[in-house]
Amino acid sequence: MSSAVGQLSLRYWWRKFKSATMMGATVAATLLTLVPLFWVLGYLLKQGLSGIDLAFFTSLPRPVGEKGGGMGNAVLGTLELVTLATVMAVPLGVSAGLYLTEPGRNGLMANAVRFAADVLMGVPSIVIGIFVYALVVRPMKTFSALAGAIALATMMAPLVVRTTEEAIKLVPLELRESALALGVPRWKTSLFIVVRTAARGIATGILLALARIAGETAPLLFTAFGNQFWSTSLTRPIAALTVQVYTYAISPFPEWHRQAWAGALVLTGMVLIVELSVHMLTGKKVRAPR
Amino acid sequence: MELKPLEREPALRDPSQPLAGTVRHRALAHRWPRLKVGVPLSEFVFDGITGAAALTVVVLLLAVTTVVIIEAWPAVGRFGLRFLTSTDWDPANEQFGALPFIYGTVVSSLLALAVAAPFGIGVALCLSEMAPFWLSDILGFLVELLAAIPSVVYGLWGIFVLGPWLRDYVEPWLGRYLGFLPLFRGPRVAVSLLSASAILAVMVVPYVSAVCRDVFSAVPASLREAAYALGATRWEMVRMAVLPHSVSGIVGALILGLGRALGETIAVAMVIGNRPAISASLFMPSTTLASAIANEFTEATSDLYVSALIELGMVLILISLLVNVTARLLIYNLTRRRFSS
Repeated sequence: MSSAVGQLSLRYWWRKFKSATMMGATVAATLLTLVPLFWVLGYLLKQGLSGIDLAFFTSLPRPVGEKGGGMGNAVLGTLELVTLATVMAVPLGVSAGLYLTEPGRNGLMANAVRFAADVLMGVPSIVIGIFVYALVVRPMKTFSALAGAIALATMMAPLVVRTTEEAIKLVPLELRESALALGVPRWKTSLFIVVRTAARGIATGILLALARIAGETAPLLFTAFGNQFWSTSLTRPIAALTVQVYTYAISPFPEWHRQAWAGALVLTGMVLIVELSVHMLTGKKVRAPR
Repeated sequence: MELKPLEREPALRDPSQPLAGTVRHRALAHRWPRLKVGVPLSEFVFDGITGAAALTVVVLLLAVTTVVIIEAWPAVGRFGLRFLTSTDWDPANEQFGALPFIYGTVVSSLLALAVAAPFGIGVALCLSEMAPFWLSDILGFLVELLAAIPSVVYGLWGIFVLGPWLRDYVEPWLGRYLGFLPLFRGPRVAVSLLSASAILAVMVVPYVSAVCRDVFSAVPASLREAAYALGATRWEMVRMAVLPHSVSGIVGALILGLGRALGETIAVAMVIGNRPAISASLFMPSTTLASAIANEFTEATSDLYVSALIELGMVLILISLLVNVTARLLIYNLTRRRFSS
């Protein structure tokens, strides 16, 4: 009897031990995963902070060998590209998201759209670059801000579709029914009741998508191309922060490396501020789609 | 009072009339409007606009694929299947073979996934089964931030920090203890297949863990409770209830992560060294499909060169379509059950 109890408790402790070990391993995995995050952020601050001053935002890049200079044109270029892409992708994405959330949309077409959006999110960004190069850059015979913005919009649209759908799904069906019961037409219900209720979710989804595409380099390499001078023209090459950081990082000049770190810090700062504010505002309700 | 059996609908009803139902039923039953008297124009326009936008997304996917295939066609016609098996990449003599690029892409991605898989699953388990809500909220956000950092920043970090660190600390260690394998022999340089895999692993973990979290949260609470009721410890509950229910979802998450790794361009282009040759050692520079396009596209001088680069893109998009479609189907199967119940 006592040995049976002894065995039982031995086995009990063994099981407890095993459970604690395995679950402890998952905690260790989480902590180890976060090491690169702080490693990257720490280095960005260490290397980049010294390069950031007013001149960084207001002046043009200097030629090799000259000290100073900044990435003002690239900051402006990124803002222009992202704004243009948003103007193109948001109406498209939100409309498509609206289409998907009209009651009764579970047929072939709706599922095809969901599927296409998900798969489009997984298409390598460099391939989007090729697509826009063939469709826009070659006919226009020049790299251009427009081409860069179209490439970014192509990446942004499926993100907006999916987040819009998720945000609208959270609107209770009863709300829609009450409006319909009051005799409001279906399209007015969707636009002025449902979308308005979900507006916050949709907006945060757009912000997340914005943050995602602001950090893209690959689709801009041979669409927006980059530019060493101030330019806001739609039909000329335009500088982008990501492209500038890339060019400077693979150059052999230490002064450019310093600028690259500063540019990367600004870029990451912008992205993280958006992510952080979205998280603070909405908690877990809206997440970037995968 | 007398209880009467419920009146049933007559078996023969007028087929032209809709089925009787609740308001909700009718609202749900509203479909693409047939052109008939009584549908106001505004409804028709609304459905038309949103429908066209939705269709655009599908068209966009098809267009990307088609355009890339069309643009690659000159090279496809010129080299045929030899393109996929040749290791000869010689732009000066217009000889193009994709094998080194395919090799580099597949090896770096698989290696990255092998490292990222245990971490991604571990993180998801920790966040969904272990941590209290407030902690998992914070940790989950931090892990998501890993996915938000732009890839060019990872590349910068890879060139100046991770690459040299791997060269100085990790590669000597691997060479000493595993040097009998040809994988871990060779010169020590900062730009290598190993650096690329390491960067990719860091970038893929948040994707794997995010999908795994969704999959784990789709496990019915009753399964967990049943396991606890049988006296299971927490780990036994995970093994009895959570993991068996999530197998296909975890596989889907891993394949999705693989898709991300295959298509990653800039970070890899910055740390892999861009050397189109196959070597057994992970310490040697290599190249991938995506990074080759990024590096050479604007320098390509002849039409055939451009077309060959686009054919690399075609191979890439075909692989990634295959991978993504498989992953999505696996994940849908699992998470749809949650919505239907």
